[in-house]
Amino acid sequence: MKKSVSEIAQMHQNKQTQLLAILHDIQEQERFISDEVLHILSDELDVPLVELEGVRSFYHFFSSQHRGRYTVYMNTSATSEMSGAFEVMQAFEKHSGIEFGQTTSDFKIGLYKTSCIGLCDQEPAAIINNLVFTQLTASRVKEIVEAMKAGKDLKVLLRQGEGQNKNPLIGAEIFNNIRQKGPLFFNEFEPGSALKKAMDLGSLDVIESIKKSNLRGRGGAGFPTGQKWGFCRAADANRRYVICNIDEGEPGTFKDRVLLTENPYLVFEGMVVAGYAIESKRGIVYLRGEYAYLKNYLEEVLNQMRQGHLLGKKILGTRFSFDIQIKLGAGAYICGEESALIESAEGKRGQPRNRPPFPVVSGYLNKPTVVNNPETFGCAAKIVLNGPEWFRKMGTAASSGVKLFSVAGDCDRPGIYELEWGMSVADLLKLCGAKDAYAVQVGGPSGVLISERQFARKLAYEDLGTGGAITIFNKTRDLLSILHNHMEFFNNETCGFCVPCRAGNAILLKKLEKIMIGNGTSNDLSEIKAWGQTVKLASRCGLGQTSPNPLLTALQNFSDEIASKVRHDIDYISQFNMDFAIEESVKVAGRSPNLRVEEVED
Amino acid sequence: MTPNPEKKKLVVATTSLAGCFGCHMSFLDIDERILQLITHVEFNRSPIDDIKHINKPCDVGFVEGGCCNTENVHTLREFRKNCKILVSLGQCAITGGLPAMRNGIPMSDLFSEVYQNTNNPTLGNHLIPNDEEIPIILDRVYPCHEIVKVDAFLPGCPPNADLIWEALVRIIEGKSLDDLTYQYFKYD
Repeated sequence: MKKSVSEIAQMHQNKQTQLLAILHDIQEQERFISDEVLHILSDELDVPLVELEGVRSFYHFFSSQHRGRYTVYMNTSATSEMSGAFEVMQAFEKHSGIEFGQTTSDFKIGLYKTSCIGLCDQEPAAIINNLVFTQLTASRVKEIVEAMKAGKDLKVLLRQGEGQNKNPLIGAEIFNNIRQKGPLFFNEFEPGSALKKAMDLGSLDVIESIKKSNLRGRGGAGFPTGQKWGFCRAADANRRYVICNIDEGEPGTFKDRVLLTENPYLVFEGMVVAGYAIESKRGIVYLRGEYAYLKNYLEEVLNQMRQGHLLGKKILGTRFSFDIQIKLGAGAYICGEESALIESAEGKRGQPRNRPPFPVVSGYLNKPTVVNNPETFGCAAKIVLNGPEWFRKMGTAASSGVKLFSVAGDCDRPGIYELEWGMSVADLLKLCGAKDAYAVQVGGPSGVLISERQFARKLAYEDLGTGGAITIFNKTRDLLSILHNHMEFFNNETCGFCVPCRAGNAILLKKLEKIMIGNGTSNDLSEIKAWGQTVKLASRCGLGQTSPNPLLTALQNFSDEIASKVRHDIDYISQFNMDFAIEESVKVAGRSPNLRVEEVED
Repeated sequence: MTPNPEKKKLVVATTSLAGCFGCHMSFLDIDERILQLITHVEFNRSPIDDIKHINKPCDVGFVEGGCCNTENVHTLREFRKNCKILVSLGQCAITGGLPAMRNGIPMSDLFSEVYQNTNNPTLGNHLIPNDEEIPIILDRVYPCHEIVKVDAFLPGCPPNADLIWEALVRIIEGKSLDDLTYQYFKYD
C-alpha cells in the first residue's frame, strides 16, 4: 500500500499542484482515499494532513468511504427528473439492493447522486467508472446492474454515440445533437491558420483586434475579453498563465462538452493565440471531473498539435513556446468560478478567493492569469482569423458575434444551437419546437426564470445575458419542484466558506419546503425575498450572489401561481412538532415521553 | 422620555431559555437608566424579580436563548400566549446560537459524549439522566420563531445595552422597531 501511494505521488512529481490528479489515481485504484493514504501523502508532498483532509472532503468524486468497484453517479438535475430519473433510480436501488448514498457490503456497487453532468438533452444519464450512459431506462439499468454484479466490463453495454463520441479514445454513449450550425464553431477549421495570422499581426494587435471585436466572455459573466487580455499582459510578471475553464457545471448547459468533442483544435488554438498575445508560456485546461471521459482524446489532440508545431517549443518555427496541460476537476460546481478554479488547479479546496486582486493580476500560483471559457477561446481564434469586423457584423450592437445555446427540457429538438445574439426567446422556442412552454430558465439556475409574458425578450447581454443554458418547462411541470431542485443544487454546491451563502441558501430551501407541504404563508414569501436579497448582497462570490435567483425571479414572474400556494388568512404557521422533537432523545435516554398535560394543550 | 403618572405602566416579562444570561446582563448595562425605566414599566415574570410564571397580560416579552428542551418550549408558549409583543433577544433566540452547534449530531453520540465517556467525578455513574422531572431534550436547538410567532428581533451576542434601551423606549412610545438604525447593531 505504502509503496503504491508513493509511486502514484512520484508519477506526479510529488507536487501539490498535482494533488487532484494524485487523489484521482488513488480513488480510481482503491475506490476510496483512506486516512492512512493521506498520512503518506502528507509526508511525500510536504502538505499538512488537515489540508489534505480538507481537499478530500471538498470534492464530490473523492471519498473516505469505499464507493464500490463500480461507482454509479446518477445525475439529479431538473431535466433528469423530468425525463424519468426517479424510475431509473428506483431500478438501480431495486436490483443492487442498496439505496443511493450507499455501497453494497461486498464493495461491488456504489450508488451516488451527483449534480448536472452536462447531458440535459439526453437524460436520464449516469456516469459509471468514467463511462457515460444516457437515456437510461429501468430495463437497461437491470442489465447494467447484472453486469456490475458479474464483474463485467461495462463497455459492451454502451450504445454507440454520435460524431467524435464514436472515437475509440472517447467511446461515450453521447449524442451531439447539434441542431443549428453557424459560421463559427462547427465547420472546417485549418489548425494553425489563426495562429499564423496572429503572428503576422503581432501580439499587441491581437489584443487590439479582440478589443475591436467587442467579444465578451461566454461563460456567463460577459467580461470584455480583449480588456482582460490587455490587463493580464500589462501586469508586471516573469510568468503568465492561460486557463481554459471547462468546469461546465451550470445545470442545463452542455455546449462546452460538444464544442470540445467536435472542435477541440479551435479552442486550443484560441488558447495558444491568447498565450501569444499576453506573452505566456503555459496553458492549463481545467476539465471538470464529469468530463474525464474526454481526457485521453483531448491529450491526443494536444499531441497532434505538438507534432504540427502548433504547441510546444518553437511554435511554427518561431521563438514562441507555449504548452498546455490538462487538469481534471473532481466534481465541484464552485470551481467554475475563476478564482475557485485557480485554487483547485493549485491542488487545494476550490474556495473562491477574495477579489481584488483579480486573476489577471494575481492568479495561478499568484501570477497574472487569463481564465476564459472554451467558447471564448474559439471566438478569439476566429476573430483573429477573420477580423473583428466580420465578428461585429453578427449579433447586436452591444452583443457582437454568435453564441452557443444549450437547449433542453420540454421541446422536440433539444441540443446545441449556434445563434447570433439578439434572437428573442419566442423565436428560439419556435426553432427548437417548444410548443407549450410555460416557464423558461435562461442561464441555468443562477440565471432567470421567465414566463410567457417575457418571451419577447432578447437573448443578448443588454437584455437576457446568459452562458447559454435554456431549459424549457411546459404546463405539466410543477414549478415548486423545479425551484426545489435548483435550490437543493445550490445547497449541495456552496463551498460553505461564507455565512450568507452557507446558511442563507439552507434557509431559502427550508422556506420553500415549508410552502411545498402547505405550511407557507404570505409572510414566508416576504421572508424569502428579504433573505434572497441578503444572500445576493453579502455573499463573496458569484454562487451566492446568484443562488437566490430561481426563487426571486419566480416570485416576480410567476407571482400569481406562487401566491396561490400559500395561505393568506393567517400570517404564521409553526412547523414545530413536540412528539417528533423528543422522539429520539426519549429513546436514547430510555424514558417515557411524559409531556405535562399543559404542554400538550399549548 | 418623561414620566407620565397618568399613563398605565408598560408590563414587561423576560426570560432566558437555552441562553447564557448574557443578554440579561447586557440589559443591566443600561446602568442608571434603569431608574428612569422603572417609572415607565413594571416587570412581570423575569429573573429580575423572580416571578416564576406570568400572572397578568403583558405588553412585551423579551426572550433570550433558543429552545433546547420541552421546558423551553413550554415557557416560550407561555410568553407568546400572554405578551402582545414578543421579542427575540440576541443570537441564540434568533438562530439557536452556540447551543445549536450540537444540531446535526445524533442524540446517542451527544449523550454518550457528555455522560458516559467522561471523567467528570460528578457524573461518576455514567448514566444518562432519565428522571421524569427533567425536561426532555429536543432533537435540535430551535430558534424561537420556528416554534411561535416572533414580532421583533434584536441581534447581537449580546445585543448591546443601547439597542435594548432604544427598543424599550420605542415600545413605550408606541413606535415601530422595524427601522432601528444600523448603529445599534453594528458590532465591529
